[in-house]
Amino acid sequence: MHTTLADFIATTAAGEEASEILRKCVHCGFCNATCPTYRLLGDELDGPRGRIYQIKEMLEGAEPAASVLQHLDRCLGCRACETTCPSGVEYGKLLDTGRELAEQRVQRGRWSQLQRRVLRWMFPFPLRIAPWLRLAMRVRPLLPRVLAAHVPPVLTPPGAWPEARHARRMVALAGCVQSVATPATSAAAARVLDRSGISLVTAPAAGCCGALSHHLAAREEGLDFARRNIDAWIPLLEAGAEAVVASASGCGLHLRDYGRLLASDAAYAEKAARVSAAVRDLTEVVPLPAAGASPQRLRVAVHTPCTLQHGQHLGGRVEALLRATGCELLPVADAGTCCGSAGSYSLLQSELSSQLGDARARALQAGAPDVVVTANVGCQLQLAGRCTAPVRHWIEVLDEATRVL
Amino acid sequence: MDTPSPEQPPAAVADAATLCRELRALLPPGAVLSSPSELAPYECDGLSAYRQRPLAVVIPRCVEEVQAVLRLCSARGVPVVARGAGTGLSGGALPHAAGVLLVMARFDRILSVDPAACTARVQPGVRNLAISEAAAPHGLYYAPDPSSQIACSIGGNVAENAGGVHCLKYGLTVHNVLAAEILLMNGERLTLGGEGPDSPGYDLLALLCGSEGLLGVIVEVTVRLLARPPCARLLLATFDSPVRAGAAVASIIAAGIVPAGLEMMDGLAIRAAEAFAHAGYPTDAAALLLCELDGTEEECTGQLMRVESLLRAGGATELRVAADEAERLRLWSGRKSAFPAVGRLAPDYYCMDGSIPRSRLGDVLERIAVLSSEYGLPVANVFHAGDGNLHPLILYDAGKPGELQRTEELGEKILAFCVEVGGTITGEHGVGVEKLGAMCLQFGAAELERFHAVKEAFDPAGLLNPGKAVPTLARCAEGRRMHVHGGELPFPGIERF
Ligand SMILES: Cc1cc2nc3c(=O)[nH]c(=O)nc-3n(C[C@H](O)[C@H](O)[C@H](O)COP(=O)(O)OP(=O)(O)OC[C@H]3O[C@@H](n4cnc5c(N)ncnc54)[C@H](O)[C@@H]3O)c2cc1C
Ligand code: SF4
Ligand code: SF4
Repeated sequence: MHTTLADFIATTAAGEEASEILRKCVHCGFCNATCPTYRLLGDELDGPRGRIYQIKEMLEGAEPAASVLQHLDRCLGCRACETTCPSGVEYGKLLDTGRELAEQRVQRGRWSQLQRRVLRWMFPFPLRIAPWLRLAMRVRPLLPRVLAAHVPPVLTPPGAWPEARHARRMVALAGCVQSVATPATSAAAARVLDRSGISLVTAPAAGCCGALSHHLAAREEGLDFARRNIDAWIPLLEAGAEAVVASASGCGLHLRDYGRLLASDAAYAEKAARVSAAVRDLTEVVPLPAAGASPQRLRVAVHTPCTLQHGQHLGGRVEALLRATGCELLPVADAGTCCGSAGSYSLLQSELSSQLGDARARALQAGAPDVVVTANVGCQLQLAGRCTAPVRHWIEVLDEATRVL
Repeated sequence: MDTPSPEQPPAAVADAATLCRELRALLPPGAVLSSPSELAPYECDGLSAYRQRPLAVVIPRCVEEVQAVLRLCSARGVPVVARGAGTGLSGGALPHAAGVLLVMARFDRILSVDPAACTARVQPGVRNLAISEAAAPHGLYYAPDPSSQIACSIGGNVAENAGGVHCLKYGLTVHNVLAAEILLMNGERLTLGGEGPDSPGYDLLALLCGSEGLLGVIVEVTVRLLARPPCARLLLATFDSPVRAGAAVASIIAAGIVPAGLEMMDGLAIRAAEAFAHAGYPTDAAALLLCELDGTEEECTGQLMRVESLLRAGGATELRVAADEAERLRLWSGRKSAFPAVGRLAPDYYCMDGSIPRSRLGDVLERIAVLSSEYGLPVANVFHAGDGNLHPLILYDAGKPGELQRTEELGEKILAFCVEVGGTITGEHGVGVEKLGAMCLQFGAAELERFHAVKEAFDPAGLLNPGKAVPTLARCAEGRRMHVHGGELPFPGIERF
């Protein structure tokens, strides 16, 4: 689609990038077909093609109404639209620009501002989440359903983290929410890698990846988190660590973007690019287990997070790993669809999020699985409150299946 | 132009606020959009070169709401344009400046699938592909598969009489729809067609197919489902020239073989589609054919051998049969995403839709190549070769002054050539606003006058999608005066609209 950018943005890097992206969009509407919010709401304004159009209007100088901010807020950022788009439109990048513009032009309501500030204050910091989580778990039965659905009924104990005994090392992203709400994930990853000759180590100074702030249009705050992590990891990479491993695909996706996000920061551009290049999702570093290790032939339904399949294009790997352990993989309808977690979305857009979560839980449980697995903490929490089967990170299942070896 | 005039009549502007208030009183919250920010994304369908904002967009959820909207608009004399998924390529769902855009996307429920009768009853906003997905557990599918099937709605398919890759053997939408419920502009509900093989009276269902939203608003459709053939084999053949590939198509048809699908892509299209689908197309080929054969195992094998030898004789440089179902689907997915994939090559494309006798494929392709270089505008060809349904995609950049006009001119020349060799100006994308001019090439005043009379029989006030699909006689007269002798009006006896 042809776009004539308004003067205020025409010559900026963001403007040029946006105009390149818009050139590719031919307005065919294929992307609407797989967009979760379009499918729920049936309004062009809540689908990718319409969101692109609303962003294009702003870039061309039109004054956005409050509705624009609302429709962009409703976007999950799941990027199913990118996977569907035959023309290669990078919607996710355009969305970043669009959100920033809308945020500048449209005055948010007080309540919305407050919610966002609270989220940004709390979630990136494990020490701030922990007490709330403990409290919420205790009063879970009394909480309204929308809230209760996000609180894990029980915490799986993490188990032992093996000593760093191997020469081969990788750095684990400890993360924020994951380290508190699903501590079993990182420990299981460390054990599995340990068995294949790799020691997973953490950098105590590192923390939240910054995705939460970034997606709430607090760009600078997000970049500060990125800089802190880069400072913590570069020495480890220099000392020979092979990779920065993310076991939460949402965080991993954001780490891969550090290079692009910090490209104009002279002090960090190079280091950021280096970190991004070293990022691996856990599915990429865990070797295929020897066949048939799973003693009980678990029936497993996989929910592949959007950040893994649409963001990192790593769909199918969890399935391959689990199949190799002897698990039976159940077919899941609409497997490309978001569960509605989408980071802070589940709290900010709780109604849409619940509808999506319920639909996903139904689809995942259709084949009566023994366990539902996923690869991102947000999805895990979103689904855990809605499924009767246990919902776990795939690495925990793999850890148990391969432990006997 | 017959397109709704971009200048809104002052009276309508004054009425806009009242109309929106009245609409809001009839519909639930969120179902009426009226601010410029909300109207903009609805200003065009899949043909984004034509844009027009309506007075209001309404998104009803049930038939009663549609009826209420239609009755109000009837009473106020406000035009109504129906819209499905907005994937149309001829501007059929282009809004009317003084009208309401009636979006049917929320009618997205599959009401029933009857595996015994092989039918499905669906709401009009259901996506074409969703019908086949719902029928799949019963071993059934809905045959017409426009390339846009992932997104386009069945209501839009009926309104455009959409075709697709498998229509060569299984027919267009009109051959696969059994019944439809429609609302007239005054809100009255009609049932057209039925599940019986024949029904007395005029075949109004056939008339509805391809009526482009001018006769009624479709609120329910019953489609025929087919059993999945036990065997489907897809053959990929490579050629060193599109003309040669075109001749090979003609030879297959002439041999009396009816493939399930027979599609062609030229080099530009191959490379764009491969970049998206990673289907394994030979990217150095000048043209490729995809030929699908289906039926029983024996039928498939027999036909496959005959087609292979015909293609070889026709100069195919490489022949390959999809090794498994996954490869077969991958090869089709590349073809089906070829139009938008071409978006990788140029900021805009103009998708044309002419149909020609299959024996003339080679000539037409040659002519297109000549015209393309004359105008300096690249043309990618992706089309339903077996049907003789061409889709030349003219690549252009709307940002360059004058390029859209040159594109349209080139398009008209291509269509004129299609008509000259005995073809038609649209195969399946409809007339919309885009091919109004070309309709004058195709039809004389007598036919056009009957078209207008049919429209009047359903919609006497002329409020449903006015100005689309059928040009006024005045428009054609003017066009002809320009094209022909600059003299007398060709049909002096006929009243001008
Ligand atoms: C990439 C691409 C590939 C395509 N490939 C094909 C192809 O292979 N074959 C093909 O035939 N077409 C193809 N098309 C064109 C388009 O998808 C079809 O015309 C389709 O039928 C339009 O459906 P829609 O739901 O998008 O309708 P819209 O574009 O929304 O509307 C189309 C017309 O139908 C009318 N309409 C829609 N819904 C209703 C209703 N409920 N009641 C009354 N009128 C209604 C509108 O007023 C308009 O005139 C393609 C389009 C694209 C973008
Ligand atoms: S699928 Fe791609 S090209 Fe088509 S409308 Fe969506 S973003 Fe644009
Ligand atoms: S990112 Fe997800 S929710 Fe947002 S437009 Fe794309 S498909 Fe829709």
